[in-house]
Amino acid sequence: MMIKLTGGTVYDPAAGIDGKKQDIYIQDGRIVKKPAKDVPIDKEYDLKGKVVMSGAIDMHTHIGGGKGNIARTLLPEDHRQDPVARTECTRSGCGHAMPSTFVTGYRYAEMGYTAGFEPAVLPVNARQAHMEMGDIPILDKGGYVMLGSDDYLLRMLTAKKDQKAVNDYVAWTINAAKAIGVKVVNPGGINAFKFNQRKLDLDEQNSHYGVTPRQILQTLATAVKELGVSHPLHVHGCNLGVPGNMETTLNTIEGIGGLPLHLTHIQFHSYGTEGDFKFSSGAAQIAEAVNKHKNITIDVGQILFGQTVTASGDNMRQHANHKHASPNKWVTMDIECDAGCGVVPFKYRDQNFVNALQWAIGLETFLLVDDPWRIFLTTDHPNGAPFTSYPHLIRLLMDKSFRNDMLATIHPEAQKMTTLGSIDREYTLNEIAIMTRAGAAKLIGLHDRGGLSPGNWADITVYTENADREKMFEKPDYVFKDGDLVVRDGKVIATKWGTTHVVKPDFDPSVEKGLKDYFDRYLTMKLGNFKISDDEITEDGRGSITAHPLKRLA
Amino acid sequence: MTEITEVPSPFCGIGTDDLSVQVDGLALKVTANGCAVNTPAFEQAITDTRPRVDGKEVSLDVAAKKAAVLLKDTKLPVIGGCATDVNGMRALLALADRSGAVVDNMNFSAARNNLLALQDSGWMNTTLAEVKNRCDLLLVVGTDLEAFAPRFFERYIWNPDAMFVDDTANRQVIYLGKAPSGTASTSPNGRAAKVLTCNDAELPEVIAVLRALVKGRPLQADSVGGIAVAELQMIADQLKAARYSVVTWAAGALGFRQAELTVQTLSEMIKELNTTTRCSGLPLGGREGDQTANQVCGWTTGYPARTRFSRGYPEYDPYLNDANALIDSGEADALVWVHAFNAKAVPPIDHMPTIVIGRSGMAFAKEPDVFIPVGTPGIDHAGHAYRMDNVVAIRLKKLRDSGLPSTADALNAIENALREMTV
Ligand SMILES: [Zn+2]
Repeated sequence: MMIKLTGGTVYDPAAGIDGKKQDIYIQDGRIVKKPAKDVPIDKEYDLKGKVVMSGAIDMHTHIGGGKGNIARTLLPEDHRQDPVARTECTRSGCGHAMPSTFVTGYRYAEMGYTAGFEPAVLPVNARQAHMEMGDIPILDKGGYVMLGSDDYLLRMLTAKKDQKAVNDYVAWTINAAKAIGVKVVNPGGINAFKFNQRKLDLDEQNSHYGVTPRQILQTLATAVKELGVSHPLHVHGCNLGVPGNMETTLNTIEGIGGLPLHLTHIQFHSYGTEGDFKFSSGAAQIAEAVNKHKNITIDVGQILFGQTVTASGDNMRQHANHKHASPNKWVTMDIECDAGCGVVPFKYRDQNFVNALQWAIGLETFLLVDDPWRIFLTTDHPNGAPFTSYPHLIRLLMDKSFRNDMLATIHPEAQKMTTLGSIDREYTLNEIAIMTRAGAAKLIGLHDRGGLSPGNWADITVYTENADREKMFEKPDYVFKDGDLVVRDGKVIATKWGTTHVVKPDFDPSVEKGLKDYFDRYLTMKLGNFKISDDEITEDGRGSITAHPLKRLA
Repeated sequence: MTEITEVPSPFCGIGTDDLSVQVDGLALKVTANGCAVNTPAFEQAITDTRPRVDGKEVSLDVAAKKAAVLLKDTKLPVIGGCATDVNGMRALLALADRSGAVVDNMNFSAARNNLLALQDSGWMNTTLAEVKNRCDLLLVVGTDLEAFAPRFFERYIWNPDAMFVDDTANRQVIYLGKAPSGTASTSPNGRAAKVLTCNDAELPEVIAVLRALVKGRPLQADSVGGIAVAELQMIADQLKAARYSVVTWAAGALGFRQAELTVQTLSEMIKELNTTTRCSGLPLGGREGDQTANQVCGWTTGYPARTRFSRGYPEYDPYLNDANALIDSGEADALVWVHAFNAKAVPPIDHMPTIVIGRSGMAFAKEPDVFIPVGTPGIDHAGHAYRMDNVVAIRLKKLRDSGLPSTADALNAIENALREMTV
C-alpha cells in the first residue's frame, strides 16, 4: 500500500526542513522516496494548508511502574471526575492526573504523540513498568533504569571497584531491565533515607557508605558514556524543591567535567533564596550555565495550575514534602535495597506565591535557554501537571501576549519576582518540532524516529494552522503510527501496539558471579528470575522489542 | 524425568522462588524448599482436561460460544474469583469491559481493610528485601504470621546474612493480638518472641493506645484488652529506639468490623515514628493472585478489583460491587468464576447461568453451565504474579506440557465469541 500525503507544510528539523511544502510517501509503515511514475498511489491525503511534523516524543513521562499504580489507587476521587467510556475501537478507563494505561495511549495519540519514555524504572520493578507500558496502546515506549541508591552500586563504590566493574554492572542492569537509558534520582539520597538521613547535599556522605552524590554522578555518567549508550545519564538531582537548590544544580553542571548529563525537571532544581519569602527564581543563572555547557541537556518539568499527583523515586524529598499533600494523603516506600518511591497528591495554585513563581521559573527556563536541541518540553507528567496540558504549555511558549495575560493573573508578589514579562521570545513551530520530535529522538538515540526523511518509521502528525496554538496542538487532523492512520480530527479511530525501545550494551558475563552471590545472600529472588527475558514483552503477540545501536566510542 | 530449579511460587504470596520441582510427564513433585502451602498446590494432579457444557465434554471453541450466548443478553454479569496471572487478568478485564460486568476479586473484602486506609490517608511501607537486610524490630499485629506464610521467618528474619544487621538472631519479634501457632518466630539462639494477646474485638483499642503512647499522649487506663499499658509503653519505647522497625499485619486476619480504621491507626503511628527514626509497614496479602488482580485492574481502570463496567466505563465501589452481595440480592444475572490456582475455590452456588474458568480438579456441588479447566500459571504456562509487597512481579515458569489453555486463552475465546455475536 502506497500512501501519499500531498502538499503539507513540513517541519522536519531532523532534515533541516523548516516549513517547506513537500509531499510524503508511506509504504509498509515507513516513509519512502517518491515512487516511480507507474507505482499507483492507493490512498492520498490532501494536506494543503496543513502543518506536518513527525509524531511527538515525550522523553520524560511517568507512564509505567509501581509508583504510578500507587498514585492511581490513591486517587479514586480524581478518576471519578473523568470517566472514559469504551467505544467501538477503544477500551474504557479513566483520565485526569494519572490516567489508566489505555487512556494514556489514546490521549497522547490524540495530541499527536507517538512515543513516551518512562524515566524511573526501578530494576526490581522493571517488569511492572513494562507490563503497564504493554497495556498502553499506539505509543512506542521505553524506560530509563534507576541506579545510584541501590546497595550493590554503593557497596562497589565503598569497595573502590574500578570503573570497568561498574560499567559491567550498569550494562548488565540495562539488559536485565530492558532499558534504553540510565537515570539517577537524588543520587544516593533514597538510600540515605533508609539510614534515617533527611537530606543529602552534593558533597555530603551517606552515613553508612561514606559515598557522596557527586561520586555517584561521576561514576554513572562515566559508565553511560563508556558503554556507548546514546542517552546521557538522566539526572534528578539533589535537593529537589529546596529553596537555594540552584547552587547545587550549578555545582552539578560545573563539577561533571564535561561528561554528558541530562538534568531532568530542572524547574524543581532552580530555586534561589532571595526576597521576602526567601524563595526566588534561579532560572537565569541555570539557563546561562546550560547555554555555556554544551554537554548538558535539560527538560523543564513545567508546573501548571490545578490538581495533580506527584510520583517520584525520591522518597527522601517526597517525605519532606508530605505536609503539602492535597488532598492530605500520601505514600512512601523503601524498595528492595534497590530504590524507593513517594506519592504525594498536589494542587498547584496560581494564588500561592511559591506555586506561582514555580510556574514562572519554568517558563523563564524555556525562554532563556538558547538551543532548542538541548531543552525538552515536559511537565514531568504527572508531577508538574498531567501530560494533557501540553497544548496549553505550547501556547504559553509561542504566544507572548497570551503568556503575559496569564502572568497578570498570578500571585502579585510572584509577578514582581519574575522577569518573565520582559522576555519577548516566542517559540517557532520549528523550535517546537525540535523540542518535541527531532531533539527528543536524538537525545534518546532513536535512529529511525523523530524525522520525516525516507527510511524513518511513518509516525506523522498533521495539524491545521491556527493562531491559537493551544487549539492547534490539542486536536491534530491526522496522526499516523507506523503508517497506519490512528487519529482523525483529534479522536482515535483505530488502535495498534507500539514497540519497546531498548539498548543492549555489552558486559563481561563474569559480572554475574558477584551478583549471584549478592542475590542469594541478600535479596529475595534468584538472579535468574530477576532478569527480564525478551519473550516477557513479546509473548502475548502485541509487544515487540527494538534495540538501538550504541554510539561508536572514540 | 527432569528437575526444574529456582521455581517461583504464585501460591504463598511471599515470592518464594527457590523450589525444585521434579517433572515426570504430568506429575510434579516438590523436591526442595516446599512448604505446607506450596507443596500440595504444586503437586495436585490434573483430572479434568476437556471443557464441559451442561456436564458434557466439548471443545474450547464450543464452550466459549456457549459462554458467550449466556453472557450476551445479561444486564449485570459478575466476574468473581479473579484469581489468575497478569495475562489472565488482562483478558478478564477486556471481557468485563465488553460485557458490562462487575469485576470482584474474591479476597477483596480482606484487601479492602488496607485499600480504604490507603485511599483515606496513605502509609509508609517497605518490601521484603528491606526487611531481610534492615529490620531490627518486627511487630506482628493481629496475625499468625507463620500460618499465613510458613517460610517468612526462615527467609526474611532469621536469614544468616543481612547487610545492615550485625547478628540477625538478635532481631526483636513482638506479637500483638494473636499468638503464633508454632515456633518459627523463635530466634536461632532460642529466644522466643514476645507475645501480648487480646481478643480480635479489642485489638482496635489496643492499637489506639499504642499509637497514643508513641505520640506521648497521657493515658488514664492501666490496661487495655487485658494488656497492661506498661507493656504497650515498652513496645512504644522499643519502636522509637529501633533503627528500622517493621510493623506487619495480614488484612484478612483482622476479622472485625471496620478493621480499616485499625490499619489506618497503625499507618499513622508509623508515620509519626518516622519524624525521628525509621519504621515501615508491611501489609501482607497476595496469595493466589489478589495483588495481581488489584494491580492489573489498577492500571487498566484506575481502581482496585471491585469495579463495575455496567455503564460503559469503570466505577469503583468497595461495598456495592461485592459479588456475593450482588448474587444474594438477585441483581447479578450471570456469573463468570475465574480461579486458576485452587481447585477447592469453587463458585458460590446459585440458580443463575454460571461459567467457570477453573483449575483442573474442581468438584462442583452443582455442575456449572460451562466449565473450562485451565492451566495453572507457574505450572502449565509461564506468566506473571505479584508478590504480597506489591512491588515485585515474579516471572512464573512453565513446568510441564499439559495442553490446558491458560486463563487468558479461555477468556479471550469467550470475548471473541461475544464480539462476533454482537457485531
Ligand atoms: Zn520525573
